[in-house]
Amino acid sequence: MPDYQKRIVILGATSAIAEHCARLWVKDGAVDLTLVGRDLGRTERAAADLRVRSPQSVVRVLEANFVDPPAICQLVDGIVDVGAVDTVLIAHGSLPDQAVCQQDLTACHDALTVNGISPVLFAEAFAGPMQKANHGTLAIIGSVAGDRGRKSNYVYGAAKGLVARYAQGLQHRLAGTGVKVVLIKPGPTNTPMTAHLKQQGARLANVEDVARLIVKGINQGKPVVYAPGKWALIMMIIRNLPDIVFNKLDI
Amino acid sequence: MVAVSSWGRLGSWEHEVRFISDRHQVASPMKSSQFGIAYGMGRSYGDVCLNPDGVLWNSTGLDRFISFDEVTGLLACEAGVLLGDIQRLAIPRGWILPVTPGTQIVTVGGAIANDVHGKSHHVLGSFGNHVTKITLARTDGTRIECGPAMLPDWFSATVGGLGLTGLITEAEIQLRRVAGPWLATETLPYANLDEFFALSEASESAWEHTVSWIDCISGGGGRGLFLRGNPADVGPRPEPQGRKLAMPIVPPISLVNRLSLRSFNMAYFNIKKWQAGKAIVHYEPFFYPLDNILEWNRMYGPKGFFQYQSVVPRALGRDAVQAMLGEIARSGDGSFLAVLKTFGNRQPLGMLSFPQPGVTLAMDFPNQGGRTLKLFERLDAIVREAGGRIYLAKDARMPRELFEAGYPLLNEFLKYRDPGISSALSRRLMGY
Repeated sequence: MPDYQKRIVILGATSAIAEHCARLWVKDGAVDLTLVGRDLGRTERAAADLRVRSPQSVVRVLEANFVDPPAICQLVDGIVDVGAVDTVLIAHGSLPDQAVCQQDLTACHDALTVNGISPVLFAEAFAGPMQKANHGTLAIIGSVAGDRGRKSNYVYGAAKGLVARYAQGLQHRLAGTGVKVVLIKPGPTNTPMTAHLKQQGARLANVEDVARLIVKGINQGKPVVYAPGKWALIMMIIRNLPDIVFNKLDI
Repeated sequence: MVAVSSWGRLGSWEHEVRFISDRHQVASPMKSSQFGIAYGMGRSYGDVCLNPDGVLWNSTGLDRFISFDEVTGLLACEAGVLLGDIQRLAIPRGWILPVTPGTQIVTVGGAIANDVHGKSHHVLGSFGNHVTKITLARTDGTRIECGPAMLPDWFSATVGGLGLTGLITEAEIQLRRVAGPWLATETLPYANLDEFFALSEASESAWEHTVSWIDCISGGGGRGLFLRGNPADVGPRPEPQGRKLAMPIVPPISLVNRLSLRSFNMAYFNIKKWQAGKAIVHYEPFFYPLDNILEWNRMYGPKGFFQYQSVVPRALGRDAVQAMLGEIARSGDGSFLAVLKTFGNRQPLGMLSFPQPGVTLAMDFPNQGGRTLKLFERLDAIVREAGGRIYLAKDARMPRELFEAGYPLLNEFLKYRDPGISSALSRRLMGY
């Protein structure tokens, strides 16, 4: 009988953070990995890399529409029909240009949808079957940007804030069951999504370090994971700054 | 714009950095009215990876493996994969990179573009000798696949081509069978260059790896430690822990200076001499002794440092090396990281590849401005006289005529350049 392989599903599998989490998972041993991406070619390239790193692992690839509720429902049903899931990582998103969102409601709508509504719909679709199985960890990537709205990126922050409040509710719902919900809040991380920030001289966290903290937090089933950890302290301060001070800050 | 420097830290210059992370989506980041050049880990010492006020294509996001055949040892990967990633993947499965430079924190693309060499050159040639295919993205949006049997002229232009023929996006490498991560090594002190050449001659046929550290300042110059090694099948044993030190700050002055150097070298030679003999060594400390000290380049202080690496033909090698050591001794400067090695008799693979039959001497010098450059002019004269050449991956200052004399296939190479690509080095040495 073959050894039991941990079953992991990653939504937004071509995001740099997700790719590095997947590399850590296959490094720890053979796993059954389902990668879901918007772009089949890119997702296949990430899968090929993981297959080279871990020939013993099973790596499946699915292309998905991330904003259409019936499509999300169908996709998740298909995944859970194959068997119980141990870990789900919802990692997709894109950093919008705040100035564009203020000028163009369509851009604003798209940013809110892909960063807020879409991850919540995926989580909701997985929550039912996982609760029924009374097993698994559902991890969602939020952001430190969701902790307090700031003029430089509050549309993105609002979407991530939605994810945070949703995760909180889901944790409440699933408390006492065998399902854990982990909300991950990465700080600015060195990925293609933040390339323009780096251009402006921002100091960004190393994506491998962030992935390591995420995998560790998921293993521990922590309710909230800041990555790197220093952001827990930074955001506590930011959240508690009185408006009179906060409104003077150019952040 | 971001300030970017190379490993020598001679300065930092503003660049527009574009991150490439999808090998099938390179056309748009490469499209520009400005010149661009690929930038990987920034481990080349001089200006080959720099393009001040222009564009850098950061290739470190191209870090995916594509395929690996454990039966044949053929590996395909993206160009931003690090040599260290390959070693860690392949060695436990019985395969190893046949050629590796003194650091594994470099990208595959950079290793090809500089046609890097290592301790195995006399047996296995340079990095490009083990590359079976390269995919090149040109700024006009076209893709070129080349290899030893497929567009060999493009291959020969691109191996050692300094990134000037296009952006390398993927490569296929033939790895070499290996029993495990261990090497059987032997360290032998030598008293002078004649002993070095005798040891090299005696070691080349039976030892896959040879290199030597030369003490170019104390002990009269010319003494050193000869290191040779062969892969060893010694079964499993505990591997060294990956404890890394880091140079946390840039000291206000170079830690390598006239005062420290003589005692460093004296101590190093004598400790190692005392420890000389046979040992079983893990591949990491054997191939990459400095990789455990992160950012060691900072020890040269805020002004940075130069590397001077030359190769001169074997027949004149002894005298030329002796003359260079003499010049260095006379200047009062010297180098701690001085490496002397004989290359094998293979002809260089790339049109601008550095390794050629002969003996190579590599040294680094803290940047002391005009004094250091004056010394290099005297070393240049010796290299020119001996019919040698200087390694472009390490150069930041050689005069154009020495470059042209050392690289006779330059005019052939120029036909393959991508008109949208230029670097500080190409402008300095090729005019554009």
